[in-house]
Amino acid sequence: MIVNQFIQKDNNMGIIKTDKLVFEYIRRDEEGNVEGITRAVDEVDIDVKQGDFVAILGHNGSGKSTLAKHINAILYPTEGTVWVDGMDTKDEKELWNIRQEAGMVFQNPDNQIIGQVVEEDVGFGPENMGVPTEEIWQRVEESLKAVGMYEYRKHSPNKLSGGQKQRVSIAGVIAMHPKCIILDEPTAMLDPNGRKEVVRAVRALNDVEGITVVLITHYMEEIIHADKVFVMDKGKVAMEGTPREIFSQVEKLKALRLDVPQVTLLAHELKKSGLNLPDGILTIEEFTQVLLNVSGRNKNKK
Amino acid sequence: MSLILDHVNYIYGDDTALAVHALKDVNLVIPDGQFIGLIGHTGSGKSTLVQHLNGLIKPTSGSIYFNGEDIHASDYDKKKLRSKVGLVFQYPEHQLFEIDVFTDVCFGPKNLGLSKQETELRAYAALKQVGLEDEYFYQSPFDLSGGQKRRVAIAGVLAMKPDILVLDEPTAGLDPKGRDEILDQIAKLKEETGITVILVSHSMEDVAKYVERIIVMNKGSVLYDDVPKEVFKHYKELEQVGLAAPQVTYIMQALREKGLPVATDVTTIEEAKQEILKGIKL
Repeated sequence: MIVNQFIQKDNNMGIIKTDKLVFEYIRRDEEGNVEGITRAVDEVDIDVKQGDFVAILGHNGSGKSTLAKHINAILYPTEGTVWVDGMDTKDEKELWNIRQEAGMVFQNPDNQIIGQVVEEDVGFGPENMGVPTEEIWQRVEESLKAVGMYEYRKHSPNKLSGGQKQRVSIAGVIAMHPKCIILDEPTAMLDPNGRKEVVRAVRALNDVEGITVVLITHYMEEIIHADKVFVMDKGKVAMEGTPREIFSQVEKLKALRLDVPQVTLLAHELKKSGLNLPDGILTIEEFTQVLLNVSGRNKNKK
Repeated sequence: MSLILDHVNYIYGDDTALAVHALKDVNLVIPDGQFIGLIGHTGSGKSTLVQHLNGLIKPTSGSIYFNGEDIHASDYDKKKLRSKVGLVFQYPEHQLFEIDVFTDVCFGPKNLGLSKQETELRAYAALKQVGLEDEYFYQSPFDLSGGQKRRVAIAGVLAMKPDILVLDEPTAGLDPKGRDEILDQIAKLKEETGITVILVSHSMEDVAKYVERIIVMNKGSVLYDDVPKEVFKHYKELEQVGLAAPQVTYIMQALREKGLPVATDVTTIEEAKQEILKGIKL
C-alpha cells in the first residue's frame, strides 16, 4: 500500500491551495483525430485563507471557470496539485468530503433547482449526505434564513424571480455546511435587483457565517469589498491584489478585456483631465469625499 | 414604415385558474431608425412583449400593425413579417447548428427561397456587418469564442435583412470588452443601415450609453417611455420596480447633496466628467 501517494498538507496551508496547477485538454476534429492540446490553466499558484472573500476576474476563455471546477473536483489537474482544506482533490476517497466542503453555484439558476418546493430543494444536499431528518429541517431553516428566503420555503421554485432562485441555489449549498462556496458568474442572468440580492446574500455568508467565498464575475462593482482579487489571462494569474490595487490599473485591466466600476472610471478620467485625485477609488462615498476636498468645498462648509 | 401596438393585452392560460395577465393595455409606436432600450425586472413582461413584435404570440386582445397592416389579419403574410422583424434570443449561440459559420448564416435567407447567389451575398454582408473576420467563415461555429458565436447568431438574423432588429440581452455572460464590442458593432450597424434596434438589457449603464429611447416595463404595463435622461430621473421609482439608474447618476446625486453645483440628470461617464469639471470651476 502506498501511504504517501498524496502530498500531505502543511499546517500554514489555506482552505484552497493550488501548486503549479496545469489543466490541458485535447482538441479533436469530427473524426476524433487529435488537432492539438489546449492549456486552459497554466501553472497557477493560489492560496486562499479560510474566511476570505476572493474574486476571480478574467475575460471569456481566460481559464477562470476551468480553475474553479478544480476546487470541488469536477476537473482534476493534468499537472500540479489542488488541496481543499488539506485534502488532495486527486484522492478519490476524499471526493465526497471535498464536494461537501467546497460547494459550487453556477450561472443559470434553472439548471440547478430540482425540488418542487423550495425547502425540499434546499434539503436535497444534506439528505444525500445522510443527515438525520430532524437536522435536515434545522439546516434548511438556517440556510434559507441566511439568504433571506425563509418566507418562501413553501413556494414552488419556478415561480420565483432569477435572484430568488439563485439565492435558493446558494441555500442548497450552505445546507451542506461547506467551508467554502464557489460562485461561477451567479449574477450573469439577473436583473439589477436580483444581482444586488445575490451579492448581499453572498457577502452576509462571508461576514456572518465566516464561509470562504470565491466569486467569479464580469460585474466589477460586485467585488469592491473582496479581500483579494485574482485576474486570469491565458490560463495564468495575470494580476493579484486588493480591489484597490487592481482597480488602480485601469489601462491594464482594459487591455485584459476587463473594466472597472463606473465610479473608478470617472475618477480616472477626471484625473486625466488634470484633477488631483488618487487612483483606485471604489465607492461613491469615497469619490464625493475626495472630490469635495479637491474643489475646496469642504473647508468652506465647515 | 413603423410598428404599432394598439391596446395589446396578453393573458397566459386564459380561462384557467392559473391565468397570468402578462401584458396590460400596451400602446407603443416604434418608428423607423430608432435605437430603443427595453428594460424591466425578470417577469415584467419584456419577453412576452418582444414575442408579439413578430407575431410569435397573438395578443389576447388589441392589435399590432406593421407598416399599416394588421399582422393578425387572416391574409397577412407572417413569414414575410418574420424576416422583417428579426428576433435574436438570449444565448442565441445555442441555436447554431451548421457545419461551418458561413453555412449557418445562409440558413435564414435560403429558407426565404432566395437564389444561391443572393443567399451567399447576404450571408457575406451580414458577417461583415457584425465584424467577423473572413478567416472564421469556414470554421465550425462551435470552435469560436463566446463573443464570436454570438456575432454569428446575430449575423444569421441580419442576413434576413430585417427592418427591425430585436436583441434579447445580447451581452449576457460576455466579458466587459466583449460587451462593448458587440454593442459598438450594433450601434455602427444602426448608423450605417438605419435599421431600428430594440435592445432588451439588464445593464442600465449599457442602455444609458447607447439608446435614444427607453421603454420601462413593470407588471405587464409600460411604466416609462422616454429619453434616457428623463427615465433615469425616476431612479427612486425604478429601484422600487427592481431596476436602477447607472452608477454615474447616483454619483451626481451624491455630489449635489454635498453642495457641488452639478446637474443630476447625467447618465454617461463623459457627461459626468464635463459636469464635474464645470461644477468645480464655479
